[in-house]
Amino acid sequence: MSKAGERLYNGIIKENPTFVLMLGMCPTLAVTTSAMNGLGMGLTTTVILAMSNLMISALRKVIPNGVRMPAFIVVVASFVTIVQFLLQAYVPSLYQSLGIYIPLIVVNCIILGRAEAYASFNPVIPSFFDGVGMGLGFTIGLASIGIVRELIGAGTIFGVQVMPSFYQPITIFILAPGAFLVLSLLTAAQNRVKRKMQEKGKETKIGSGCTGECASCASSCKGGETL
Amino acid sequence: MRELLMIAVGTAFINNVVLSQFLGLCAFLGVSKKMDTAAGMGGAVIFVITISSFVTALIYKFLLLPLNVTYLQTIVFILVIAALVQFVEMFLKKSSPSLYNALGVYLPLITTNCAVLGVALINVQKSYGIVESVVNGLATAVGFTIAIVLMAGIREKTEYNDVPESFKGSPIVLLTACLMAIAFFGFSSLK
Repeated sequence: MSKAGERLYNGIIKENPTFVLMLGMCPTLAVTTSAMNGLGMGLTTTVILAMSNLMISALRKVIPNGVRMPAFIVVVASFVTIVQFLLQAYVPSLYQSLGIYIPLIVVNCIILGRAEAYASFNPVIPSFFDGVGMGLGFTIGLASIGIVRELIGAGTIFGVQVMPSFYQPITIFILAPGAFLVLSLLTAAQNRVKRKMQEKGKETKIGSGCTGECASCASSCKGGETL
Repeated sequence: MRELLMIAVGTAFINNVVLSQFLGLCAFLGVSKKMDTAAGMGGAVIFVITISSFVTALIYKFLLLPLNVTYLQTIVFILVIAALVQFVEMFLKKSSPSLYNALGVYLPLITTNCAVLGVALINVQKSYGIVESVVNGLATAVGFTIAIVLMAGIREKTEYNDVPESFKGSPIVLLTACLMAIAFFGFSSLK
């Protein structure tokens, strides 16, 4: 059981995919226009990540090494399709607002990255919790970015008015440029923390994923370094 | 003809794939350091997205629709795109080594590029026909190329600028992207 706890801690805090690894930036920017969307996207990704990690780990001895990438993609795409229909049936409003970004979870770096880096070497239970931990870390990241953007851009959190009525919302924060601005400030903060830690002589190296950059999208790892 | 032009302008400028849809960000941030690599990436993306939107539109119309299995679209599209990129790479290597030298290194990077799958899905979502799908794909890729080449030009200029320590590297690039996105908002008055 401690193994499961360790994986959860690792995903949520130590290797948080949004704040530490900086993975899956496309959905992070696109769906965090409101706290609700961020939370919905995060939970959707968590379910898919946990299920696909479970399945890939269970099949790890069956899948030949040469075709593992396509095999992983088929597993992930199947779960994405299932979840997409579930959302369409039970949470149509979320399905509407996430739109094309639900099927695009297939190419989310986090999912293939975890399959490649963890689930394909490890037993079923830790892999499942690894997926849950990473997914929850991603959910926390998306929801908090969503809360900040919604608060500044619309004066609300989860649709509830929080700012006093004289507050003039800075609408650009919920539009496309605001996403880049928020992410820019976030990476700047991350750089600062990293530098401070280095000055103190702490280890800042990250164990999984090939770099902190987004170039670590699974198979593009090797190509990314040559450029 | 008029509708096709509307689709092209709309997807290339107004709903720019990177700056307003956030697709293909990895490549946009990763390969925009130098102008010539950015242009190479743009060329490869134009090539792949145009072909893939043609092929996926064909498959959707003549395979998935008649067999009534449209729910398989995500799985089929991603596999087709992955196979197609491999195939294009092999084909270029054999038939046109000069083009392969220019675009070859970028091709493997494109498989996991969400823009390629995104375009195929948008084509289905908006129920475009085959011609419209190709035009939409081409325009998306052109929009991507415009954005990445502009970004590379700006990054070459700002490389030696004195930016605050914490903003060095990707934060300043993202800030530039933010300003570019604001600039591209101007195009929405074209509607």
